[in-house]
Amino acid sequence: MNASFTAEELQFQEDARQFLEAEFPKDIRAKVEQRVRLEKDDYVRWQKILYKKGWAAPNWPEEYGGTGWTAVQKYIFAEQMARFGAPEPVAFGMKMVAPVIYSYGNEEQKKRFLPDILASNVWWCQGYSEPNSGSDLASLKTSAVREGDHYIVNGTKTWNTLGQYADWIFCLVRTDNSVKKQEGISFLLIDMKTPGIKVSPIYLIDGTPEVNEVYFENVKVPVENLIGEENKGWTYAKVLLTHERTNIAGVPRSKVRLEKLRALAAKTADGNGGSLSDDPIFKKKIAEAEIQVLALEYAELRALAAVSVGKAPGPESSILKVVGTEVAQFIDELYMEMAAWQSLPFVPDQFVEGFSGEEIGENGEAATALNYFNNRKASIYGGSNEIQKNIICKAVLGL
Amino acid sequence: MLQDSVQKFVHRHYSFDDRNAIIDSGSGYSDECWQLFAELGWLTVPFSEDDGGFGGLATDMMVLMEEFGKAMVVEPFVPTAVLGGGLVAALGSEQQKEQNLGPLMEGKLQLGAALYETNGRYNLASVGTTAKRDGDHYVVNGSKILVLNGESAQQLLVSVRTQGAERDEQGISVVLIDAASSGVHKKAYTTVDGHRAAQISFTDVRVPVANCLGAEGEALSALRRVVDRATLCVSAEAVGALDMLLQKTVEYSKTRKQFGTAIGTFQALQHRMADMFIECQLARSIVVMAAMKLDSNLPDAEKARAVSAAKSRVGRAIRKVGQEAVQLHGGIGITNELDVGHLFKRVTGIETLFGNSDFHTARFASL
Ligand SMILES: Cc1cc2nc3c(=O)[nH]c(=O)nc-3n(C[C@H](O)[C@H](O)[C@H](O)COP(=O)(O)OP(=O)(O)OC[C@H]3O[C@@H](n4cnc5c(N)ncnc54)[C@H](O)[C@@H]3O)c2cc1C
Repeated sequence: MNASFTAEELQFQEDARQFLEAEFPKDIRAKVEQRVRLEKDDYVRWQKILYKKGWAAPNWPEEYGGTGWTAVQKYIFAEQMARFGAPEPVAFGMKMVAPVIYSYGNEEQKKRFLPDILASNVWWCQGYSEPNSGSDLASLKTSAVREGDHYIVNGTKTWNTLGQYADWIFCLVRTDNSVKKQEGISFLLIDMKTPGIKVSPIYLIDGTPEVNEVYFENVKVPVENLIGEENKGWTYAKVLLTHERTNIAGVPRSKVRLEKLRALAAKTADGNGGSLSDDPIFKKKIAEAEIQVLALEYAELRALAAVSVGKAPGPESSILKVVGTEVAQFIDELYMEMAAWQSLPFVPDQFVEGFSGEEIGENGEAATALNYFNNRKASIYGGSNEIQKNIICKAVLGL
Repeated sequence: MLQDSVQKFVHRHYSFDDRNAIIDSGSGYSDECWQLFAELGWLTVPFSEDDGGFGGLATDMMVLMEEFGKAMVVEPFVPTAVLGGGLVAALGSEQQKEQNLGPLMEGKLQLGAALYETNGRYNLASVGTTAKRDGDHYVVNGSKILVLNGESAQQLLVSVRTQGAERDEQGISVVLIDAASSGVHKKAYTTVDGHRAAQISFTDVRVPVANCLGAEGEALSALRRVVDRATLCVSAEAVGALDMLLQKTVEYSKTRKQFGTAIGTFQALQHRMADMFIECQLARSIVVMAAMKLDSNLPDAEKARAVSAAKSRVGRAIRKVGQEAVQLHGGIGITNELDVGHLFKRVTGIETLFGNSDFHTARFASL
């Protein structure tokens, strides 16, 4: 771990910058800047460009299409992506189910699923949570009963992010009721087009149908869609959850958002003839956020240095999740404070493609409240921050 | 008594579903409810007996607003009765009062106060909108952000500069402008918390000089007093809403089971709810303090200081209690389905209204 980049790393940084400058579609970039919500096509189009470059999956082992980058290179790339506002590949395929498939799937499954994930031909969603099984995920009840060479799946999954776009869903299902709850769970891949699946949207307080409920009624799933061994799903899922947790630190994004915040504050009137960047209280808050991001950045680099390619990080990743989400939420608050009155208009339609009405607010301020509301999710999902602290207590502090 | 009457009204007319339907309706508030407000006498609460009102006590407004806060009432009580009516009562001539306050208290007049500008942030003295004399008219030019009830208001009370530079304390007047005047342009929208507001611009709007409230150029101190009363009102509203958030969170934690037990049995969460309770109590206490001071004979600066203390402290409570209520509900807390998310949005909106905590802390320190 070095405090500064080597010459090669700086060269890589420049290559990444040039690639993004040239290849990140201008229309998607404009959408991100104007905070127009991205559609499925935007994500897929961009991910296919990354795929063509060979940069779609920096975290995968090279044999399956990973980039073979060092931790520092991955870090540099993520930072450049954030700088251009380029969306990270949607996590469910690339960062969640793929590691499970290449770690625990059989050769057949690897061949069948990984290339399509890498090339963004198939959209995945995550089917873990249930209405009565959130933090206590292991209590899940959706059942998969073996009948010949199929499982018959019944139950309800909820909070499926962007499930409305999904071609496939990876699920935790109960295959044994007679044992300890963690020991009767299996990891099953399900084609969303299978008869008996119904998807219904859940609207969040920012007005978007970002999540869904997914109902399964006698859904027939071929046994070859089972990952690994029956009743071992919990072990696989736990590994996946720690992967999810490192991705959640979001240092590059927070850094870029703070830079933007500072630039916008300089253009925001303080009401007394100056700008908000002269306001000592606001300046102090931005500085505090920056310092926290710096500490988090080095916590992440230390964690990364300890982890080799493709392996899951340990319980320290809980720190990254807790602090990463808290600091991102604090930055949301600073944006709200900056926008002042302009944070109040609620015009979600303005952020959907094709909006033709009169726009409210400047600099996309009218989206600040929506971002603030929406991002309260960050401390809830991916294992809530309370659950992360429980993990720290148990696995690190031995309490 | 006031409390009782609002509670009965809410019970009969203002369920969560009723509220959602009202927000989705064309005008964004229920005229039927507004007429009931008039019949029940609530629209007289902000006004002195001399002006034909119930007494105009801040402590009464506090009681009313707290109940409104619990039910997330969206009817434009603050913009019409406290701000608009308040400005007429504070600055207007007998004739102006007669013309406006009577109809207002009868539920026949909607008002909006257009006071804030993009460059001014929360500073009421930052008035770039100008009113130039032309014979017996003013010609008004400028634009105002976030005029609460701006869409439905028939009359607008607009702070204008009749003299001086943009942030001078002297030279600010309040004029009544018919919202239907030519040159008045509104961009109306719903706010994040389900209220209605508008950005309003004025282009060469001709306003009779007789529509100026009070002495020309001398409006600022009255303006501040009236906005302080409105600030107290929304702070009290927040106290009601925060209590609801706490109550709902505690209830939920007793029924939501994870790991085979109610989540309310986890001590990590119990302490968080205890902290929420402490915040609610401090918010309530400081609002009571401010209301009592407003009703006293203390000097204006002392009253202003009390209101800023209240708004600043309530803002902190809002952050904490609002966020914690959502967090302890888990995913369901940020859905449109549950009232918790809507209470969170309302209190978040209040955090900004008339100045956030940082603004009021600085104002408190400077007074
Ligand atoms: C926007 C959004 C998107 C999501 N996307 C997906 C998705 O794509 N796929 C998917 O499967 N899931 C998804 N989730 C679900 C998410 O993982 C769950 O919301 C999360 O696990 C919390 O569960 P819950 O909402 O049921 O809250 P609960 O588990 O009911 O928790 C309520 C509160 O109690 C606390 N709590 C619970 N147990 C303890 C304890 N032992 N000690 C201390 N505190 C505790 C929690 O931290 C929380 O504050 C999403 C959620 C959201 C909000």
